[in-house]
Amino acid sequence: MLKLKNILCGAALLTGTWGIAQQTPAPRQTASVLITGAVAHIGNGSTINNSAIGFKDGKITYAGPLSGVTTGAYDRVIDASGKHVYPGFIAANSTLGLVEVDAVRASNDQSDTGDLIPHVRSIVAYNSESKVVESCRPNGILMAQVAPRGGLISGTSSVVQLDAWNWEDAAIKTDDGIHLHWPSAFRSKGWGFSGPSEFVPNKDYEKEIGEIRTFISGAKTYLSGPKSPENLPYQAVSGLFDGSQKLYVNVDGEKEIADVVRFAKTNGIRHMVVVGGNEAWKVADLLVENDVPVILSRPHRLPSGEDDNVKQPYLLAKMLSDKGVLVGLEMSGAMERMNTRNLPFYAGTFAAYGLDKEKAVQLITGNNARILGIDAFAGTLETGKDATLFISEGDALDMRTNSIPHAYIQGREISLESHQTQLWKRYMGKYEAGQ
Amino acid sequence: MRKRLPVLLLVFLCSFTFYAQEYFPKNDGVKTTDHHYTAFTNAKIYVTPTQIIDNGTLLIQRGKVIAAGRKVSVPAHSLVIDLQGKHIYPSFIDIHSEFGVKKPARQGRGRRSPQYDASRKGFYWNDHIMPDKNAFDAFAFDSNEAKKLLQAGFGTVNTHVADGIVRGTSVLVALDSTDRYDMRILDEKAAQHLSFVKSVASAQNYPTSLMGAMALIRQMYKDAEWYAGGHAENRDFALEALNAHKGLPQIFDAGSYQNDLRAAKIAKEFGLTYIIKGGGDEYQRIREIKATGASYILPLGFPDAYDVTDPYQASKVSLADMRLWNQAPGNPAALAKNGIPFALTLSGLEKTDNFKTNLIRAVDYGLEKTKALEALTTIPAGLLGKSDIGNLKTGSYANFLITSGDLFDKESILYENWVLGARHIMEDMDIKDIRGTYTLNAGGTTYTLTMTGEAASPKPELTAGTEKIGSKLTYQNGWFNLFFAPDSGKDGFLRLSGLVATPEKFGGKTVRGNGTEGSWTATRTAGHKESKDTAKEEKFLPETAAVTYPNKAYGFPELPKQENILFKNATVWTSEDAGILENTDVLIKNGKIARIGKDLSAGGARVIDAAGKHLTAGIIDEHSHIAAASINEAGHNSSAEVLMEDVIDADDINIYRNLSGGVTSIQILHGSANPIGGRSAIIKLKWGLPAAELIYKNSPKFIKFALGENVKQSNWGDLQTVRFPQSRMGVEQVYMDYFQRAKEYDALKKSGKPYRFDYEMETLAEIINKERFISCHSYVQSEINMLMKVTERFDFPVNTFTHILEGYKVADKMKAHGVVGASTFSDWWAYKFEVNDAIPYNAAIMHSQGLNVAINSDDAEMSRRLNQEAAKTVKYGGVSEEEAWKMVTINPARMLHLDHRVGSIKEGKDADVVLWSDHPLSIYAIAEKTLIEGVPYYDYETMKQMQANIAQERNTLINQMIEAKNKGMKTQAPKKTDEKHFHCDTEVYGI
Repeated sequence: MLKLKNILCGAALLTGTWGIAQQTPAPRQTASVLITGAVAHIGNGSTINNSAIGFKDGKITYAGPLSGVTTGAYDRVIDASGKHVYPGFIAANSTLGLVEVDAVRASNDQSDTGDLIPHVRSIVAYNSESKVVESCRPNGILMAQVAPRGGLISGTSSVVQLDAWNWEDAAIKTDDGIHLHWPSAFRSKGWGFSGPSEFVPNKDYEKEIGEIRTFISGAKTYLSGPKSPENLPYQAVSGLFDGSQKLYVNVDGEKEIADVVRFAKTNGIRHMVVVGGNEAWKVADLLVENDVPVILSRPHRLPSGEDDNVKQPYLLAKMLSDKGVLVGLEMSGAMERMNTRNLPFYAGTFAAYGLDKEKAVQLITGNNARILGIDAFAGTLETGKDATLFISEGDALDMRTNSIPHAYIQGREISLESHQTQLWKRYMGKYEAGQ
Repeated sequence: MRKRLPVLLLVFLCSFTFYAQEYFPKNDGVKTTDHHYTAFTNAKIYVTPTQIIDNGTLLIQRGKVIAAGRKVSVPAHSLVIDLQGKHIYPSFIDIHSEFGVKKPARQGRGRRSPQYDASRKGFYWNDHIMPDKNAFDAFAFDSNEAKKLLQAGFGTVNTHVADGIVRGTSVLVALDSTDRYDMRILDEKAAQHLSFVKSVASAQNYPTSLMGAMALIRQMYKDAEWYAGGHAENRDFALEALNAHKGLPQIFDAGSYQNDLRAAKIAKEFGLTYIIKGGGDEYQRIREIKATGASYILPLGFPDAYDVTDPYQASKVSLADMRLWNQAPGNPAALAKNGIPFALTLSGLEKTDNFKTNLIRAVDYGLEKTKALEALTTIPAGLLGKSDIGNLKTGSYANFLITSGDLFDKESILYENWVLGARHIMEDMDIKDIRGTYTLNAGGTTYTLTMTGEAASPKPELTAGTEKIGSKLTYQNGWFNLFFAPDSGKDGFLRLSGLVATPEKFGGKTVRGNGTEGSWTATRTAGHKESKDTAKEEKFLPETAAVTYPNKAYGFPELPKQENILFKNATVWTSEDAGILENTDVLIKNGKIARIGKDLSAGGARVIDAAGKHLTAGIIDEHSHIAAASINEAGHNSSAEVLMEDVIDADDINIYRNLSGGVTSIQILHGSANPIGGRSAIIKLKWGLPAAELIYKNSPKFIKFALGENVKQSNWGDLQTVRFPQSRMGVEQVYMDYFQRAKEYDALKKSGKPYRFDYEMETLAEIINKERFISCHSYVQSEINMLMKVTERFDFPVNTFTHILEGYKVADKMKAHGVVGASTFSDWWAYKFEVNDAIPYNAAIMHSQGLNVAINSDDAEMSRRLNQEAAKTVKYGGVSEEEAWKMVTINPARMLHLDHRVGSIKEGKDADVVLWSDHPLSIYAIAEKTLIEGVPYYDYETMKQMQANIAQERNTLINQMIEAKNKGMKTQAPKKTDEKHFHCDTEVYGI
């Protein structure tokens, strides 16, 4: 349990100042750190009991049993016996930093005009000083993919770390992928005055796919030619064909997934990812065969129909994982930014309903890193990777035990304070002082 | 009825002069009178559905029945029509028709600010109340439509303008096509019509919800009473009409079984008798429908099967919708079997042509023919208080049908429909059946002519030797006209015409292509044989799916029963001072928690091994919007008159989903569209029971208030800027105004002087008198403080602040004020400007200052895991686990004034308990069993079994629908009915 006093001291040490709106980014790592005695959750499905995790100059220098390391070689040794160490959690397909307050239009930068705008880049609008962003860190979310929303092709995402002065500092993989919203074969008829709306077969389904197909084949033709005059939207998708960028496809239905997998294949798109994937389990074999990973929607949502298993969204990770699909976890949905801090508990929910606990950890560490293409330097506790990790008092996937005394991004020990902890302290201080 | 090619519809005008108005001048001829009789002999006459005369005579004169009986003396100057082998029935009556009246045009919904006041002057304050409207004034006889109705067998319709909440009077019209307007109108004010749906002709905002419509109807009745007593200073032509029409039958268009019950509830409150037009789904809660004591009007429209041949599309159709297709034709039979009187209506039927098909379908589903006939004749007549229609007794209108045989026989033919003694011929009953094979001699050649198909429109097949010759035949009024081109057409067409004297042999004149004439004869060589080409219309009666409670996925075939249960060796979270007890037994008996202790004896109770598991009281959600048909009455800035209890939707799947998360009681709060919202419904989640049985007995009275951005319409768009208040300053003044008025109202009421009964003021007076408690949606500290100061001026405290996101800033003030409860979200923020300072430490801070804190959901998804939300108060701010658990059990029970009944595991309390697989605050905890008053409404294993059953039943129904399609039945495209999920600010008009 967190003791207020300890937190107060820790905060004072780390940030030095209170009362400013945002947390000051931590300085570059100068002293090496070794965390000892904890259960290390590597992020690849395995754990090391009584571990040691060492890092220096922002990189992990040791990750293994405590018996295999010389503690004296590190400037600072943190005894974390009885505690847990995790790689920093990664929020995929988030809109962190793109909107501050939902109801305030002026604070909304998550979508733009046009249906096919891959050239629109989320990274330039990412607000590294968002109060919502800093609220994620105390729960272990240290990296996020920031993706645009809306339209058919909404734009280009980037991956950021969550302790930065500006968006350039924040970016750990710029322009990692293009985000496509695949049309739905069923469509809402809208609200009626006399009752609930209905979903009926979408008569324009093929036509809408046709728009995407026309755009992609147009881009291919353009890219194979002199590229002059320059076409910004076509230019923006060049990475899809050379494999340097991924196509993230928001798609849920069985039929639609099958359609989009065929679409990607026939159009020479090298890497595609299913985002959402509510019915992906029904076409799991197709996905495995084509090496298509799935970033599942957060399970804290209602089943898609009243006939479904009451727990249906909770069961999906296990169902897909059992069939050999590479599974991650994404954030889109209602109140997605403020709920990003609940990412660990989404993974925990999958664990409660059958998924192995370490596989659940893997969803938001190693797997999300692989899917986002940042696994060379992030996602697991392995030597040579970024020291983006945290210590938790207990199981970090359970809100009952997720309690984080230290967190590091690229070796920098970050503040775990926020606008919210400051208000907490201010008002507890008021009451304790009898004011 | 068999499908017929162009149906004859002739009206015989021969003898109508007897109706000519005696004092009207006549300039187009001489005045004549005719008092002759018409006698129909040798028919099977249904005087009423139960009084049947075999081989009887019906005698009519001047549009009325003179006599019907076995021995009727037929006067000498009678026209006698021999109906040997034919049947006579009274013509049908539809008492819920829109025949000949047009709905007003919909008001444009362009961009404009909402309209709060009525457009009509001199009438009621709400445009949707129009008892002064008379369908008579809007009525114009629609001959084309009348033709269709006559063909379906209808002779009389009661027609109304289906628009508005009170729709005014209907007019009872006979469908005779002789343009005798004065005779046709049997009653110019036959009934008064009502509904829950607003008029399309007015943009007046109120009501925006179903419960608002209900409240409006109630207030209208009270106002009419007040007006009748001569208390009002103004004239109100609407209320005058309402009072004048009190004695008329009151027909309420409800449209679904749930709305039937809602209409019946209002009727009961005001001692009225409504005739309720249902939705065709009454069979789903037949016990409750019977208990209303009302008579019903049932639609004969049944849903078409879904085209489920594409498995992907089929997967979107819900079990409930598939069952509706399978079960709905049994609705009339279900009412009949339960002795509930009902009339049938064409309303809701896509095409009048489908009437007979659907009527027969209802009979195939078990509706007795007599009941079916009554529902079309004597019952609708009786409902309108008419004894002279719907039967063929002496003195009744001569409205009757002549059929070839039993009306319910698919093959039977409706020959004639007489209305007011006027004859309308549908099929010539004297037609000579020339179907069969003939030897045709014409133009010197011998042909073989075979005629098949319908007797009224036979199809020819002509051969000369082995050669087939194309030919066309018309057969009308006894005239036979055939043409074809002999000898490959080199001499043009040969035309044959002649009057058929006897079907055995007939003939006439031929005309060749060159104009020369000759003669022809046709001699029958073989009779007509029915072909077996009826496979397409083969009757398909699927096995009927069992009704469950509710009638959808996870409904119970039989309601679960209360059990006596002993939980052995559980970790018991008592939510009491006793704390958390390890290895403890809990005995549940007769719906109560009987004993808590170690090594208890079962004494016949079922024993559940709970070792390693956790037993807690059921979770109570102080702030829920599930299980409701609508949430916001946004039409006024105060809606204290509306009742959430009116709109409980006991069939909402979210009840079951909440049980799966251990929730047993919820407060359904009105939304936050206005500073003064509606009255709460506090219910137990007794899945399967009807709405009325979910409500707590002697429920504490609550009302929703709201502050901040929602009530000042900050996020409603730029046009929503005309309603007061638009600022937090205005919000205070709304309260001051209403409370002051309520105080004055209460004083006047208590003085014994006459007062206008006002539901809104009654409710607010209850608050001032501390009989009703406020649960106030609240965000920022200034407004929280403001409301406390307002209520202090009226000497009562705010019971609950809900949401209360900045409660942590004024926790000391709330404590001093005497707030009973602070019910908050665990970690929601940043969705509106006013939640910038919302922090997850709120619950912990308020708790630390001695407030009674609860964690609520306001959300159908989150409410299924309130245990986890409670756990967040441990994480954010360090509340102890024991106290955290109380925040979803005993604490909300206390703020709802229900802590003596629920909220903890204590001997004598209701056995509303949950068995968890793990520590209940853990993400890994799964609710295994959820009981309410000892009834196991949810069980994790049972749920999985039910899911398997659902999959199986879906397959059965899908196969049935494919078979139906295969047999030529009409299908519709698959659709998925969306679920409605409400939050505070959901603004939907749900019916």
